[in-house]
Amino acid sequence: MKFLLSEEQVSIQDTIQQVVEGVLGGRGIHEIIDGKREKEAELWRELGALGVLGAIIPEEHGGQGLGLLELALISEVLGYAAAPGPFVGHVMATLAIALGGDAAQKSRWLPKLASGEVIASVAFGEAGGKWLPDQWSLAAGAALTGTKTHVIGGMDAGLLVVGLAGGGLGLVETSAPGVNREALPATDSTRPIAKVTFEGAPYTALPEGAAAANRVVDAGLTLLAADAFGAGRRCVDMAVEYSKQREQFGQVLAQFQAMRHQLANMALEIEPCRGLYWFAAYAWDTKDEGARHAAALAKAHITDRALQISRDNTEAHGGIGFTWEYDAHIFMKRGMFNYAWLGGAPLHRARVADLAGW
Amino acid sequence: MELSFDAELDAVRQEVRTFLKENWLSGAQEGESPKAREKRFRQLATDRGYLYRNVPRRYGGSEQEPDALKAEIIREEFAKARAPTEFAIGPGFSLLTPTLLEWGTEWQKEKFIPPSLRGEIVWCQGYSEPNAGSDLASLRTRAELVGDEWVVNGQKIWTSQAYRADYIFVLVRTEPDAPKHQGISYLLMDMKQPGITVRPLKQATGKADFAEVFFDNAKTPADWIVGERGQGWTAARSTLRHERTSIRGLNFQEARFRDLLRLAKETMVDGRPAIEHPDLRQRLAMVEGYVASMRYSAYRQFSMELVGQDPGLFPSLRKLYSSNISSEMVKIARDLLDDDLLLMPEEIRGESVGRHKWVHTYFTSLILAIAGGSSNIQRNIIAERGLGLPRDRVEA
Repeated sequence: MKFLLSEEQVSIQDTIQQVVEGVLGGRGIHEIIDGKREKEAELWRELGALGVLGAIIPEEHGGQGLGLLELALISEVLGYAAAPGPFVGHVMATLAIALGGDAAQKSRWLPKLASGEVIASVAFGEAGGKWLPDQWSLAAGAALTGTKTHVIGGMDAGLLVVGLAGGGLGLVETSAPGVNREALPATDSTRPIAKVTFEGAPYTALPEGAAAANRVVDAGLTLLAADAFGAGRRCVDMAVEYSKQREQFGQVLAQFQAMRHQLANMALEIEPCRGLYWFAAYAWDTKDEGARHAAALAKAHITDRALQISRDNTEAHGGIGFTWEYDAHIFMKRGMFNYAWLGGAPLHRARVADLAGW
Repeated sequence: MELSFDAELDAVRQEVRTFLKENWLSGAQEGESPKAREKRFRQLATDRGYLYRNVPRRYGGSEQEPDALKAEIIREEFAKARAPTEFAIGPGFSLLTPTLLEWGTEWQKEKFIPPSLRGEIVWCQGYSEPNAGSDLASLRTRAELVGDEWVVNGQKIWTSQAYRADYIFVLVRTEPDAPKHQGISYLLMDMKQPGITVRPLKQATGKADFAEVFFDNAKTPADWIVGERGQGWTAARSTLRHERTSIRGLNFQEARFRDLLRLAKETMVDGRPAIEHPDLRQRLAMVEGYVASMRYSAYRQFSMELVGQDPGLFPSLRKLYSSNISSEMVKIARDLLDDDLLLMPEEIRGESVGRHKWVHTYFTSLILAIAGGSSNIQRNIIAERGLGLPRDRVEA
């Protein structure tokens, strides 16, 4: 009986970590939040070249045929680095086409999405915190008319998978007439978001979209949970490192029991989350009957705990932690995105209760 | 992909269920006393490899390959069938046996392990002292070798089962001039002797489950020492390491969570079951996040240990994590009980019953946060062993 990663899975994490560090190393992430986005594009090209973007696409369409678990492991690494880019949106859109598209849609788009040549995203959110298929109200007639919001990477995407009233999915090219995009002032500048307004925009429906939509959402929830776990782990590491260097009252902070206990409490909240996201991804891959529940639980619990730990990390640093130049605020904002995108913890805890049959 | 436990676990579960059905839920022999039946069943279950898995056959165990997940399934199924498991009165099996297996001499193992497993002798543990709690290594109960006997003087406290134990395993100072951790030895002693006095200690719950033990020129043979002189601290610590290979806390918290869900279904608030109220559903889902995290982290830990990989931080976190979960659960129960909190629970044969048992649980759940290293000591352990922070002066 085993509940552990294979050597291949461990080495995927190591490889991606090296690539991310190679691109972003030093103050790369600060360049991005200050608006210089060359390194974001470079990282995207690297991830495409490594096959990460197409990891879950079947091999016949230029992907690697790996599972959500592998993608979640990658997501953890990206979270640890606060790596920029619309990874989660791109993967969700890719999955939507792979699971819900017809043969022509798959062969037209999947190879380009696998290489990263075309950036795709999901336009699921609607005003008022409506994220889920049974909440969508964008009417799908002959063309699309209505508004979607909080679209990750929306300004960069060439292709959008749009959630439609009734829970189905439509495919829209952003270059098409009637697609208007507006960048939003995003909290997390590592993952900018946009509002997309459709005014009679042409689209094609994904024939199996309605059946795929919940699976796509569950995958997204799991990837956010994994990103949050990585970011939370980074916050613990940052606080631990700082406590070993910073001296006050003639000794390093790590020697003060009050600080040691704060750091222990932070680790306590984050470390056990690892198994929770592993299981959610495993359950998704094996189509376990508890998969929906596991995804909701992982998303609610881990993003909630990680956001709190990013706050504790900032506090543990004192004044330096509250400066723009320091990394701590980047992880608080990363944490906020993970918490709020696709719905906050209260939404998903309510679903956990429903799905558990309480 | 090696997240593969479901199918195998199911097969083990089926096998255990069949065994229990044939040998416990049915199969009583006419004229057999309940006690004799339990004894016969324990032997059958041991022969099948379900009980005493970590103990070699020559000492009465079943000598199974370590497999914490399989062991957990066995425990779950035995609990559901209310079947007898390892003889669990006192720490004879859980703490002493692994220590003897690692540190004991051959005659010690042969003399003490088999009757301890059969429940024929009951042990208690003599570690804490009035002035040596969290700082256990500062213990002062002393033993001197006089002729061929150790002569022991001092006092132990918080000793569970002391009033019924036949023997005690006790940490004593034998090398007063050595540094504090190196001056301690691990002795076995007969409790039934004039030099030992037991005084019951009434707990916050009103019961007296533990006691103070006084040693006044109490004696034990020179060769009833486990390990060498001055190795007692190391031997006792290795026992704590064995404790980690048990997954029992996990099963326990999941059972308590199911109990809590039942309480939430049975408690009416504003004319409908409490569990239908959105705010309570939020709180329960929050606790489930912790319970599930603990489960999968424990699965991961035991899987990694089985193949010789380092599971990292989690082992040092487990006890505190579990204590905190208990604390969250009893807070929810507290709010569900409402004015029932004002009444102590009824007891039937020493067990609290009915919804009031949660009043009892509210108090007893604290034991986990105190016994075996309090929560603040756990935070020290996490900081030092888990996060690699420099040692605190007082922890040296």
